[in-house]
Amino acid sequence: MTLTLNEKDHAMLRGDNGPATKMAMSILVRMAEITGAKELLDITGAHIDSTVYIGDAGLEFAEKLAGLGAKVSVPTTLNVSGLDEHHWHEWAVPSEWARQAHRQMIAYQSMGTIPTWTCAPYQTEMKPSFGQQIAWGESNAIVFANSVLGARTERYPDLFDVCCAITGRAPAIGLHLIENRAGSLLLQLMDIPEALQLSDDLYPVLGHLMGKVALERIPVISGMNAVPTEDQLKALGAASASSGAVALFHMVGVTPEAPTLKSAFQGKLPRETIKITMGMLRESRRELTHTDSEKLDIVVLGSPHFSLAEFKQLAPLVAGKQKHPDVKFLVTSSRAMTQLAEKAGFLESLQTFGAQLTVDTCILTSPMLPQELKYLMTNSAKFAYYAPGLLGRQITFGSLKDCVESAVEGNVIRDETLWTS
Amino acid sequence: MDKLIIKGDPFIAGSASGFALVSAEPLSFWGGYDWKIGEIIDRRHPLSGSIAKGKILAVPFTRGSSTTTAVLLESIRAGTAPKAIITTGTDFFFALASVVADELYADPLPLIAVPETDFAKLQTGDHIEIDNAGIIVLTRQNTSVNNY
Repeated sequence: MTLTLNEKDHAMLRGDNGPATKMAMSILVRMAEITGAKELLDITGAHIDSTVYIGDAGLEFAEKLAGLGAKVSVPTTLNVSGLDEHHWHEWAVPSEWARQAHRQMIAYQSMGTIPTWTCAPYQTEMKPSFGQQIAWGESNAIVFANSVLGARTERYPDLFDVCCAITGRAPAIGLHLIENRAGSLLLQLMDIPEALQLSDDLYPVLGHLMGKVALERIPVISGMNAVPTEDQLKALGAASASSGAVALFHMVGVTPEAPTLKSAFQGKLPRETIKITMGMLRESRRELTHTDSEKLDIVVLGSPHFSLAEFKQLAPLVAGKQKHPDVKFLVTSSRAMTQLAEKAGFLESLQTFGAQLTVDTCILTSPMLPQELKYLMTNSAKFAYYAPGLLGRQITFGSLKDCVESAVEGNVIRDETLWTS
Repeated sequence: MDKLIIKGDPFIAGSASGFALVSAEPLSFWGGYDWKIGEIIDRRHPLSGSIAKGKILAVPFTRGSSTTTAVLLESIRAGTAPKAIITTGTDFFFALASVVADELYADPLPLIAVPETDFAKLQTGDHIEIDNAGIIVLTRQNTSVNNY
């Protein structure tokens, strides 16, 4: 099985479209060969995760491509950067680090991309459509695009997304191909109370569990009595792409490729079935908290980036209240979404409450948290998953309401009602 | 002393030798690997706290973040990467870091996939030699397992 390239591919590989396209194509072709692809296919959109500043190597890669004159050939959104250009001085970001992260932003912006600076590009006007072939980076965006929108992308890493964006091509492998999109694992919800299904609290917890049991397989969730909201599906997918490598899930009766159980498995039988019980969900919820302490230094919300609907939900919860003076309260989102929230009047009560906003980045991709902030609380399974290793911080997982009430009290409070019934 | 020979698929060919660091749990390098020192820092991972720099790392595949490639690339540049990585299949995220390291620094990282049954035979502390053709020669001293 060998890779066959078309005339345009050969031209790009020869350098007919310039040295940057040649470099991108040569990486793409080597990777296509390694994965056993038979051909490349056209994509009509890309999302670049390589914008996240990690260190010199990633910056050298970006500046090399930019220096060679790289331009994207399809509409391309940008993931979070390492820097909130407006607010970084308010935090502990070292200025040298800010300078490097800024250089990386400039490099990717110079390629003719759309500077969305968000890990939730599917909640912008650049949202892909059903069946659209795309090349996306950012694990939470990949799983949302595939599962909830029915767009088609492989689970692409940083540095590859940009090669696809420049060439407009991707290897014809994996989730680009319909036959590889059938479910392979059935997760049957067993007597999960409807009150919990209707609550936001279920989805990050179920997602964390789903990632752990599915790993890189395609899970199919059955037994839902409620229709989750877009943000609930976002939390589910993001959690499963952190604890596992889920790039596509189906939810029977909810997601577009799963109107029925049969269609979710493309007519085949599940290779494995796991019954999801309240006991397993309680254990999953427990795992997301990484401390026994009730101490609280900062509440962090917005991984993936806060949506307009989430701002709308938070505003009345904080209205008329003020956070405890010793606790910080941070919401991360994109600048575009923050502007929409401001226009809609959702930010006033947040400001009175004492909340701070960070745009275009988050606590995981920018070294913004000062050392003295040791105890974190969040409603995001992704923050909860990565904070201990990436930030060396203790973190407690709770609902949005728990997060607000804890911030007011100055220590961790969690409502256990939905989890004890 | 036991000796075992495993035939792997070198999806990025290269030779390496060193002591193995093995886990059946997949790993995300972003949030899971400190590229400045080469330590595994995913506090939920069995290898948390182990130094993988200079070792032959064996994990079945990557999990989680799509930034894993970027972190592995940094560690290759910084000299804090494992000497080679053994997986149970062609791992796209690892492979890309190696391909880009070759493109930028002419320094690809050897990557080898072995069947799951062979992967299960690997133990932390085994001495491993890998050649360009993907032949893995594993040497185990009976006492070596506890030295890690």
